[in-house]
Amino acid sequence: MLLGKKKEKDVEIPSASLADIVFLLLIFFLVTTSIDTEKGLDLVLPPPNDQEVKIPKKNIANLFINASGEAMLDNEIVEVSQISRIIKDKLFENPLLIVSLKTHKDSDYDVYIHVLDQLKKADSKRISLAEPDEE
Amino acid sequence: MEFKKNVKIKLAIPTASMPDIIFMLLIFFMVATVMRTYSGLKVKLPDADKIQKLDVSKRHITTIWVDKDQNIVMDDITVKDVKDLRNLAYLKRADDPQLVVTLKADRLAKMGLINKVHQELRKGSALNINYAATLGGF
Repeated sequence: MLLGKKKEKDVEIPSASLADIVFLLLIFFLVTTSIDTEKGLDLVLPPPNDQEVKIPKKNIANLFINASGEAMLDNEIVEVSQISRIIKDKLFENPLLIVSLKTHKDSDYDVYIHVLDQLKKADSKRISLAEPDEE
Repeated sequence: MEFKKNVKIKLAIPTASMPDIIFMLLIFFMVATVMRTYSGLKVKLPDADKIQKLDVSKRHITTIWVDKDQNIVMDDITVKDVKDLRNLAYLKRADDPQLVVTLKADRLAKMGLINKVHQELRKGSALNINYAATLGGF
């Protein structure tokens, strides 16, 4: 063989341009990264085939939203922006209060989010989403 | 004065460690980058005050878009029937137990459909949901 062991050359990968290559990669990842995290309102749905739990009536606040975006809390029409205050008072009286939120099928999602936001503002942790009535 | 002008100190920022620093930055950005992004549907998100950041990384987020014409898109799949969501959600949830479903629905979307989405997600055991909203009180 011609390739003798003695023929040792200084084999070296040129590393002068390494910094430039890494720079390029860095710029690529800088551009593609979007740091902004998604924001929104959290909610945990109840698990499926959940047994119905009987809740004493005094611990439930019924909140309905109708198709034209009006809210009704315990048979009284309320302003959406007032819900947090009312629920806060109710929670103060009864910390076990569960808000049962029922929406009409034609009501807008917008109103629902506003109501949910109001409930979050009132620190209401126990929210129940009632299934809408079938027509 | 003792100090003379011709006492010149060679000023140079040491650049020997620059590649290392850049490498570290590179690795940070490589880790932070999630490549997949979906175009989704065009929606106008509702606004809310009490919004919070999702505490999971983007990897665990699945997005469902619902627009005002009642179209549903989950990540890159157009959902023809709401009932298909159950399986899709179930499979995603099986792959990733930390799954959070972000619901990006238009303000004018109807609650009837949103409620159906809720029910399907429940049946698909994807229980952690998040309503995407923009900051801004009303």
